[in-house]
Amino acid sequence: MVGAACAYYCAEAGLRVGVVERGAVASGTTSAGEGNILVSDKEPGPELDLALLSLRLWTSLGERVGDGFELDAKGGVVAARTPDALAGLTSLAAEQRTRGVTAEVVDPTELEPRLTRDVAGGVYYPQDMQVQPMLAAASLLRHARSLGATVHTGTSVLEFRHSKGRITGVRTTAGELQAQWVINAAGTWGGEIAELAGAPVPVLPRRGFILVTEPLPPLMIRHKVYSADYVANVASSDASLETSVVVEGTRAGTVLIGASRERVGFDRTMSLPVLRKLAAQAVDLFPFLKDVNLLRSYLGFRPYCPDHLPVIGPDPRVPGLVHACGHEGAGIGLAAATGHLIAQSLTGTTPDLDLSPFRPDRFAAEVVS
Amino acid sequence: MSFLFDGKEITADTGQSIGAALIAAGYRSWRTTRHGGAPRGIFCGIGICFDCLVVVNGRPNQRACLTEACDGDEVSTQEGAGHA
Repeated sequence: MVGAACAYYCAEAGLRVGVVERGAVASGTTSAGEGNILVSDKEPGPELDLALLSLRLWTSLGERVGDGFELDAKGGVVAARTPDALAGLTSLAAEQRTRGVTAEVVDPTELEPRLTRDVAGGVYYPQDMQVQPMLAAASLLRHARSLGATVHTGTSVLEFRHSKGRITGVRTTAGELQAQWVINAAGTWGGEIAELAGAPVPVLPRRGFILVTEPLPPLMIRHKVYSADYVANVASSDASLETSVVVEGTRAGTVLIGASRERVGFDRTMSLPVLRKLAAQAVDLFPFLKDVNLLRSYLGFRPYCPDHLPVIGPDPRVPGLVHACGHEGAGIGLAAATGHLIAQSLTGTTPDLDLSPFRPDRFAAEVVS
Repeated sequence: MSFLFDGKEITADTGQSIGAALIAAGYRSWRTTRHGGAPRGIFCGIGICFDCLVVVNGRPNQRACLTEACDGDEVSTQEGAGHA
């Protein structure tokens, strides 16, 4: 998704773009998540600023590129189960408001009639959106191609070409591509590409499972609904399994239940205990789900950096190399801003946001080795 | 052994799936799609495609190809998502 957004914004800015994709469009983490465009789960700081910029850009993409990707401004409802959790949630919401987030303290059962009555309270985030990320990636690439971009699927980068201390292109399984800039938008595999380019960044996989229910009639679940402990888990660096349930309907009628987080490398083994825990938490939040069947589950690898911030911008260590990776579980949401900021920095425009918190050379040597 | 399908008695062998018993009784479809209302029955027959959904004893979205017929079951055509 991030790569597609980079291609779109760079092509819009008048750059000649070639996209190299190892598999098919959206075959990596893009097709393995929920399509979140969230501000609610971000603590005040650079990532929230990036999310707010991205939110505006996604809205504009929905209008300009058309509604071919199920962009849905459904809003988010965060439910706190205990008075302590509610106190933490409302104080987070107060801080988020100072940065431009709309956050209203609500009785969550009024917005979600089927939610458990066993809640202390909640906060409503009307800006939270959802998108069908595979359609969005395909749609942005189609638009980029109409502006002259080329898309090379089934093609891997084998080697970076250098001349006079600068990257001049890549050798791929389908031949040479010359370029003034090479953008590393390889998501969870961004660390490998950075290594290949000689400028390592510590992007690591964090596994997440998602459950899919049978299709339900509309309006059973109206928003993106999650428990207040999700924010704490997103920010955590614990290697062991963490689950904090996120429940939402889709336009197709299925309900998606996420989100687990585990650091187990690129292990694709199905884990029944994780699925069971997610399902139990979902039923705890929405008791009616206990009589609903699951159709399937899927998993993906979220690309995370040790400080939980993405890597965005030109790499001063290797001129010509630009990074746009490491967005963890927020890559879909942050893709628009990332592509926009990359295009700005490559065309000599002052980026709308300060890129220094995301700079590629911010990590200590021992972290990247 | 027998079960009721939309009120009609269908005989089934022990261990036979509801889908197999319905096919043997001459039925080809027992569900309508959510959006177009098109008829659906067995497609993959092995539990993957979720096309052969049917309501069993009041519970919607049961895969007829995998659900074993039990004596006295009440099975009915599923319209749309099956949830009220």
